[in-house]
Amino acid sequence: MDLAGLSVGWYLALSVVLFAIGGVGLLVRRNPLVMFMCVELMLNAVNVAFVALGAGLNDVGGQVAVFFVLVVAATEVVIGLALVVAINRRRSGATADDVSLLKG
Amino acid sequence: MAEAVFAVAAVLMLAGAVGVVASRNPVHAALFLVQTLVGVAVLFVLNDAHFLAAVQVVVYAGAIVILFLFVIMLLGVDKAEELSIEPIFGQRPLAAVVGAALVAVLGTVVVTGADVLTGLRRAGGDRALDGDATDIERMGRVLFSEFAFAVEITAALLTVAVVGAVILTRRASRSDGSATADTAAS
Repeated sequence: MDLAGLSVGWYLALSVVLFAIGGVGLLVRRNPLVMFMCVELMLNAVNVAFVALGAGLNDVGGQVAVFFVLVVAATEVVIGLALVVAINRRRSGATADDVSLLKG
Repeated sequence: MAEAVFAVAAVLMLAGAVGVVASRNPVHAALFLVQTLVGVAVLFVLNDAHFLAAVQVVVYAGAIVILFLFVIMLLGVDKAEELSIEPIFGQRPLAAVVGAALVAVLGTVVVTGADVLTGLRRAGGDRALDGDATDIERMGRVLFSEFAFAVEITAALLTVAVVGAVILTRRASRSDGSATADTAAS
């Protein structure tokens, strides 16, 4: 394995930064599509951590976990985008702030 | 060599991630997302996870981003969004604080715990990465033995997702009463 001089810690640090950027984006953006993209960023940050730790532990389990994360991310995007399409059919140009319309 | 590849991929990824968060146009955000996903694929190759790198490019950068672009075009939201308005007072500073706190907490865990984690356990047998088998062969063996039940659940999950997506986006037919109220409202 070609990991000499490049410890797992570097991958984990990168993963932390990517996760935080995705989290901030999720909190800041109001377009539901962009919010979904930020969720994808966070999932990918976790994938980087899984693969790096799997390589560090000499265990294929990390890669298997990434495989399942990929599948769940795909289903999440499918359902999420279907919801966005369904909501936009009712109210075109809806943003996350329009949830306040649910207030009684 | 590995350090240089890691550095380039990391810069690519982080620049793409910032682009996703900061770009006004959702189409640009989707393209920045491709940049980040390709960076992640490079890191997978660096960790000898070649199969996952291929899947990452095909499924994520291919299928999922194309799905995003389809929906963006379908809804016609491919125009620049005004980012300067702040609907909830103090949302941006608070988000920045939350992000900094995330980095601080997780960073502390990484700095203090990385050595503990990596020295914890070394897998043997089918799961060890240093044998003769290719990474796809190892993954196949583990997936269809140890994680066979999880794979079955995944199949059920995918089926549910497909059926759910079809039902959610279905246009209501005019034949029943509630559906006519639906179409009148839209």
